[in-house]
Amino acid sequence: MLLEYQVNGGDFTNAGSVSSNVKKMMRQLGVDSSVVKRTVVALYEAEVNIVAHAYRGVITVDLQPDKIYIKLADEGPGIADISQAMQEGYSTASVAVREMGFGAGMGLPNIKANSDILNVNSVVGKGTTVEITNNF
Amino acid sequence: MDTHQENFHHALKFQYDLCIGCAHCTEICPTAAIHIEGGLPVLNPNRCIDCGRCYSACPVSAIYVEQDDFQTIYDYKTPVALVPTIFFAQFPEKIEHDSILAALHYLGFKFVYEVEESVGVLKHIMNEKLMNGDCDKPVISSFCPAIVRLIQVKFPSLVNNIMLVKPPLDLTSLHIKKHLVENCGILNEEIGIFYVAPCPAKIAAIKSPVGEDKSSVTGVINMNYLYNKVLRIIKQGTELPALQNDHRNVMTRRNLLWALSGGEIALLKEGRNLAIDEVHNVSAFLEKIENEDIDNIDFLEVRACDQSCAGGILCANNRFLTVERQKQRAAHSPVRVSKKFNELIQNFDYLADNSKVGKVQPRSMDKLDNDRAVAMQKMEKAFKINKFLPQVDCRICGYQTCKEFSFAVTNGVIGLKSCIFVQRLLNENNGISADERAELAKKTWGVQKLDINNIPDDLL
Ligand SMILES: Nc1ncnc2c1ncn2[C@@H]1O[C@H](COP(=O)(O)OP(=O)(O)OP(=O)(O)O)[C@@H](O)[C@H]1O
Ligand SMILES: [Mg+2]
Repeated sequence: MLLEYQVNGGDFTNAGSVSSNVKKMMRQLGVDSSVVKRTVVALYEAEVNIVAHAYRGVITVDLQPDKIYIKLADEGPGIADISQAMQEGYSTASVAVREMGFGAGMGLPNIKANSDILNVNSVVGKGTTVEITNNF
Repeated sequence: MDTHQENFHHALKFQYDLCIGCAHCTEICPTAAIHIEGGLPVLNPNRCIDCGRCYSACPVSAIYVEQDDFQTIYDYKTPVALVPTIFFAQFPEKIEHDSILAALHYLGFKFVYEVEESVGVLKHIMNEKLMNGDCDKPVISSFCPAIVRLIQVKFPSLVNNIMLVKPPLDLTSLHIKKHLVENCGILNEEIGIFYVAPCPAKIAAIKSPVGEDKSSVTGVINMNYLYNKVLRIIKQGTELPALQNDHRNVMTRRNLLWALSGGEIALLKEGRNLAIDEVHNVSAFLEKIENEDIDNIDFLEVRACDQSCAGGILCANNRFLTVERQKQRAAHSPVRVSKKFNELIQNFDYLADNSKVGKVQPRSMDKLDNDRAVAMQKMEKAFKINKFLPQVDCRICGYQTCKEFSFAVTNGVIGLKSCIFVQRLLNENNGISADERAELAKKTWGVQKLDINNIPDDLL
C-alpha cells in the first residue's frame, strides 16, 4: 500500500504526524511492536531533518505484508559530505538551534541504528533523499 | 484472537429498556468501543477501558455500574469499610467527619479505614523503584486502572513503562487483614473488606485485576450509593453509635492530596515529573510519548478523570467543590506523623515485600487480522472506502467516525449503503429503493425511531 505525505520546512509543530499514521497502520497489520518502534524512531528523525534543514519534502511510504519502505525526498541545501553527516555528534546547527535542544548530531546515526537498510543520497543545492527499509 | 478476552471484565452495563439510542455514548468513547445497531449501543469488550465517559454522557441514565449487593457485608462477622478520602469530601461542610464515621458503623461496619492510609508507605516504595530504574522511561503510574487498560489497548508499546506497584487500595487492604488477624485476634475468614469505589474502572480492576490473580478486596460498594445512604442517616437525625474502638490513623497532608491531580508526583523526590488528567488528554500525550516526540520525562501521573478521582463518575458532588474540600482538610492536617499515629508504618516491610504486581500484557485493539496478508488487504480496502467518505463523522451509520465505519464495512458487518451520503448519491435507478433506505435506517436505529406515526399529523 502506497501513501504520500507533504512536509514543510520550518514546521516543527506538525513534525511527527506522519510517524503517528505509519505507527497505527503497522499496528493494524500486527507488526511486532519492537519493529514498529524502530521504524517510528527512524522516520521521526528523518522527518525532523526535513523540517530542520530543508525547504520542503515528500514522504512516500510503501507498506507491504513483510516490510516497509519509506522514501523521504526533499528540496533543500543538500549534504556535501554524507559520511561526515552520518557521524555521531556531527551537526551544522547554529549555537541558537543547539540551545533549543536540537542539533545534537544524533539524528542520522539514530536513523541508521533503527533501519535494516538505509540509503542517503544528496545533491548540494538541490536536495536530499533518505530511504529506509525495515523487514518484519 | 485475544486470549485475555474472557478475563476482561467490565463494570459498565447498558440498560436496554431505558436506552433511547441517542448515540451520545458512541460519540464520547475514547477508544471507539461503542456502535449503534437496532437502535441500541453495542460494546466491543476488547476496546472498553471502563473509563465511564459514556455513563456521564448518557442523558437518560441507561448505563449502570455493576456493584455488589450491600447486604453481602452482613455475611461477614467483621465487615470493614475501605473508603477513599474523597468520599468524606463529598459531604456538606457542616457534616463532621466523625458523624460520617459513626453512620458507617451504624450501617454495620466494624472498622473504617481510609484507602490512602498507605500512601506514606507507597511513597518510599515508588521512590525506590524509580531509583532502581527497572522500568522504561518515562515511568507511567499504574494507579488509574482505566489508564492501564488504555495503554494495553491503544499504546501497547508502552506497557513496559508501567510501574508495577500496587495502588494504595491494595496495600491498605493487605495491612488491614494482617493487622486485624495479628493484633485484634480476628479470624481471617471473618473479615470482609468492602471498597467504596468512585469509578467503574476501580470496580473492573477488582473483579479482574491486571497483572494479579485475585484482588485482596472482598467486595465493592458504589460510592454514590453509600453517600446517599449515609447522608440520609445523618439528615434523619438517627441516633448514632459512639466511636470507641475505631483505629485512628492520622492522615498526613500528602496522603490526602494523593487522589487529586498532582498528588502522586508531589511524593517523588527527584526527576522531571508530569501530571495529566482526563482520558482524552492522557491519550493525546501518550501518543506523543510513543512517537518519542517528547523525551527526558521521568514519571507520568496519568488519570482518566478530570480532577482525578474527585471527578470519578460515582462521586456524588461537583468535582471542583470536592477538590476544594479535600484541600481544606489537607491544609488542616499535619505534614508528617510519628509511627504511633500510623499503624501501617509498622508493617512497612511486609507491605513493601508484597507491593509488586505482575507484568501488564499488551492487547492492541488495532490489529485487523492474524494473517498479515489478510490484514493488508483489509487495510487497503478500508483505506479505499474511507477516502471517499465525507469525514463528517455524523454517526448516522451508527459508528463513531467515517474511519470506524470503513473498517466495519471492510469486515462485512455493515454495508456501504448505510452511509447517508452514499445513499444520496444513489437513486432508484442506480442501486437503492426508498424501501431499502428505510430498512437500512431501521437496521441501525431500530423500528421505533423510524415510525412515521411518531410525528403528529399537524406538524407534517
Ligand atoms: N534533509 C537534510 N537536508 C540538508 N542537510 C541535512 C539533512 N539532514 C541532515 N542534514 C545535515 O546533516 C547534519 C547531521 O544530521 P543529524 O540529523 O545527524 O543531526 P542534526 O539534525 O544536526 O541534529 P539532531 O538530529 O541530533 O537534532 C545536520 O546538521 C545537517 O547539516
Ligand atoms: Mg536531525
